[in-house]
Amino acid sequence: MNPQPSRPKVVLRGVHKYFQKKKELLHVLDDANLEVAEGEFVCLLGPSGCGKSTLLNMCAGFESIDKGSIEIDGEPVRGPNPRRVFVFQEYGIFPWMSVWDNIAFGLANRTFKEKHTIAQRYIDMVGLSGFERAFPMELSGGMKQRVEVARALAVDPDVLYMDEPFGALDSLTRLNMRSEIVRIWREEKKTVMFVTHDIDESVQIAQRVVVMSARPGRIKKVVDLSGLDHPRDLDSKEYLAARDELYEAMGVSTRIGAR
Amino acid sequence: MMTFAALQTAPAATAQEIADGRGYMAAVALLATGVVALIFARRLSTRFEAWGMPIALGILILGVWDGAVVMSRSTIFPRPIEVWGAMLELVRSGRVWGDIAASLFRVTWGYLLAAAIAIPTGLVMGWYTRTFLALNPIVQGLRPISPIAWIPIAILWFGIGDGAGVFLILISSFFPICVGTTAAVRNISLVHQRSAMNFGVRGLDLFRKVILPAALPQIMTSMRLALGVAWLVIVAAEMVGMESGLGYLINDARNMGSRYDLVVATMIVIGLIGIVLDFLIRRLEHFDEVRWGYVKQ
Repeated sequence: MNPQPSRPKVVLRGVHKYFQKKKELLHVLDDANLEVAEGEFVCLLGPSGCGKSTLLNMCAGFESIDKGSIEIDGEPVRGPNPRRVFVFQEYGIFPWMSVWDNIAFGLANRTFKEKHTIAQRYIDMVGLSGFERAFPMELSGGMKQRVEVARALAVDPDVLYMDEPFGALDSLTRLNMRSEIVRIWREEKKTVMFVTHDIDESVQIAQRVVVMSARPGRIKKVVDLSGLDHPRDLDSKEYLAARDELYEAMGVSTRIGAR
Repeated sequence: MMTFAALQTAPAATAQEIADGRGYMAAVALLATGVVALIFARRLSTRFEAWGMPIALGILILGVWDGAVVMSRSTIFPRPIEVWGAMLELVRSGRVWGDIAASLFRVTWGYLLAAAIAIPTGLVMGWYTRTFLALNPIVQGLRPISPIAWIPIAILWFGIGDGAGVFLILISSFFPICVGTTAAVRNISLVHQRSAMNFGVRGLDLFRKVILPAALPQIMTSMRLALGVAWLVIVAAEMVGMESGLGYLINDARNMGSRYDLVVATMIVIGLIGIVLDFLIRRLEHFDEVRWGYVKQ
């Protein structure tokens, strides 16, 4: 059973973003409106340059909002906040810290004992037991990504922002990580906003897929997948229908080599 | 302070010496052929390539040197064997240890003081744009001034002695470390900065846990550079404005009777200590906390 969407957690109203590029003013995000429910898993899907990462960075408070508003729990976003943690591609963790220190990074205010209990819990959850003392340079891409996810979860945030977190991984590891993230989301009941350009990835994990188009970035379509229960059967008729719908929305063919 | 006896004036060349010279030429030519043959040889063990080649080349250079001195019949420029003798004299007389200690003392304190001032300055300059805008023109303006040019001022302020030496090393080490640290902080990846912001880490904790460790590999590279510069500068400073140290020893050996064998022996001591210093500071690059900065991923 998926958690039922309840009251809106993240609310975007008429959000615009412009970038100054030399003398040109680029309109990167055009009138984004979206409500994300508490505990919901939403994918932002679109081609590169559609402003999906910019949108996520604005939600996280890393980028300013040029027009419109983004509210979380009814409060406008004013800069980054440990209640809402951003998961970067594998390079977000600190290479100068061991796995354990990375995961405990956000727990500075806890007692030593609490820190240990929490860090160990998430190390176990992402399957890194035995690697506590290892440094990131000794880990594979998938393991680094697990460290990053564990570091984010350790501070018990309400919202996870994930910006193509599995983009740098090989396809097999990526498949495993998708299952893991869905399992963790169901255990921890966080609100997740997940940016990807991978159609299959979005159909496999999200409850709702927000399809965006490029230049200026616009929300083109929202596809509801909450009817598909996890674990998803990648061969089921419903799954394939949803996937086809997204391929069509993205304007690409489901038949490779077709003329 | 003890000084050295002047070299005897050399006698004119004898027939024996001229014959020696010819013998030398033949020996050097033979050695050179050998080295060239080794360079172009197809199969050599890697250990021989790493050790044998430099040693062979070193022997060749010594041979050329010796041959050149013998044939030019120079009475002032020393032969390698005389330099070896001078080395032994330096060690036996015990004088060199005092000068090494004097030079190392100035370098150590000047260098540590420079690092203690330059690293915090660089961290703050790199992180806060306003500090950078305020201080960078001053740093960039002072940086191109050779530390040697500061010698008169150093002597004016600190007199002839350790104070001036420490000050000059401080000046020469400060700029490479400060500029390197600033650049290192400005190069910290946006993702790491945002990670730190996201977890609400700020103030001193931000410097201690993120900014300093992120910049550390590059800071250590600049410190290595600065140590090299410091070791160059102390010799020059001691030649001009001090009465002890390896630089002073060189000057003293020349002034007290043109003892060029001692001059070259001291140069070799300076070189060897420089190598040891560089080796020691490179050891620091092996720690896990900084190793990531030197490994290509």
